[in-house]
Amino acid sequence: MSNPQQLRYTKEHEWLSDAVDGVSTVGITEFAANALGDVVYAQLPAVGDTVTAGETCGELESTKSVSDLYSPVTGEVVAANEDVVNDPSLVNTAPFEGGWLFKVRVTGEPEELLTADEYTAFSAG
Amino acid sequence: MSTAPRLTALDALHRSLGATMTDFAGWDMPLRYGSERDEHNAVRTRAGLFDLSHMGEITVTGPQAVELLDHALVGNISTVGNGRARYTMICQEDGGILDDLIVYRLGETEYMVVANASNAQIVLDALVARAEGFDAEVRDDRDAYALLAVQGPESPGILKSITDADLDGLKYYAGLPGTVAGVPALIARTGYTGEDGFELFLKPEHAEGVWKALTEAGEGVGLIPCGLSCRDTLRLEAGMPLYGHELTTALTPFDAGLGRVVKFEKTTNEGRFVGREALEKAAERAETAPPRKLVGLVAEGRRVPRAGFQVVKDGEVIGEVTSGAPSPTLGKPIAMAYVDAAHAAPGTEGVGVDIRGTHEPYEVVALPFYKRQK
Repeated sequence: MSNPQQLRYTKEHEWLSDAVDGVSTVGITEFAANALGDVVYAQLPAVGDTVTAGETCGELESTKSVSDLYSPVTGEVVAANEDVVNDPSLVNTAPFEGGWLFKVRVTGEPEELLTADEYTAFSAG
Repeated sequence: MSTAPRLTALDALHRSLGATMTDFAGWDMPLRYGSERDEHNAVRTRAGLFDLSHMGEITVTGPQAVELLDHALVGNISTVGNGRARYTMICQEDGGILDDLIVYRLGETEYMVVANASNAQIVLDALVARAEGFDAEVRDDRDAYALLAVQGPESPGILKSITDADLDGLKYYAGLPGTVAGVPALIARTGYTGEDGFELFLKPEHAEGVWKALTEAGEGVGLIPCGLSCRDTLRLEAGMPLYGHELTTALTPFDAGLGRVVKFEKTTNEGRFVGREALEKAAERAETAPPRKLVGLVAEGRRVPRAGFQVVKDGEVIGEVTSGAPSPTLGKPIAMAYVDAAHAAPGTEGVGVDIRGTHEPYEVVALPFYKRQK
């Protein structure tokens, strides 16, 4: 699997796109999706919610377990992916594309976000 | 503790198929190969192929083999005909369940006991201890067998194409020796999925050849390799208990709603067997004043209950979830739970499961969740 170069990553296996007009998209990585197995339920933050970098903002439930969803950045949620709510398997089939989770107007960003290469090395370790 | 995991004879094959492996009772086993939901649905609608070589086989032979088994287990093994199998349990003196088992009668005085991987040593030790005074031998055959299962509606056709055995004459819970893909096998019509299917006990060195033959025979009808993850959701939908979840040493078979496996009418050993006195009391308690009952729960929402979660009603804890998962067949989360008898009737209003602090509404239903159309 390959992690897109244009994204940045967290050690909690979320990805973050570069901001367009101040808004970034957040999802989980293919590595995380594979580790979870079939995602059956996604509880995403609601539009208008404030999320905080490194804190939980939702959960992803798979056949075997439930995992907290962490926000990679601080900001206000401007969109949640209703397609994923209706069909959580999108997280497995297209984690970097149609399986995105939410969009956030970024007000604060931690320094420790990883590059694609750094994340690839981290998740292989 | 870092003991090296045990590997089945098919370990390299699983890895070449890209399986996600998991530790299960000290064994490195396939959890899933691709999507566990696809694997689940394959078994329900077509066929799935499992490596179950972690299961523990124990052979009991000798002139008093059946007397020993009647003494050591709760079932009436004397009534098991040659070539037939029986679901049964082994209990402690206090009636607590040590394991649930399938006993296959392989010959006039030869039986094979199949224990759960996690309990195989416990069952072996108990059988050896209980064999004292009986003219019977208890043999650890865990390394003598690989176990493959082919399960699902297409499984009879698939197996038929590579065996000379009379599968039409092989009833549910029967087993016979035969040849599969040119090698000897014990073919049993048993499983843990709620579907028709077969379990094949083989020499480990034959496992890979038979796996490949089954894969090839099933190619045109949708057979896929399946891992333990879907085996768990399949058995849960079928309302089948799993040791360590629905069954523990703290529970008797009667507490688990499986009192029917205990046979007080045994005639061998003057009717005595390990746990009899305690189990008689447990039977009476289950009849007159059961503390809790095993029920099914079906979610109204989408959050999934897991083992250990509390079942609640009107702010009170009324039970505990023992197994829970999203059900591919029902399309919603399901669970088995022990619930106070007063609230265990199907349709009981206001029952919920505490899922990380939120009381999610659940419907109490009778088990099983799924029964195949015959």
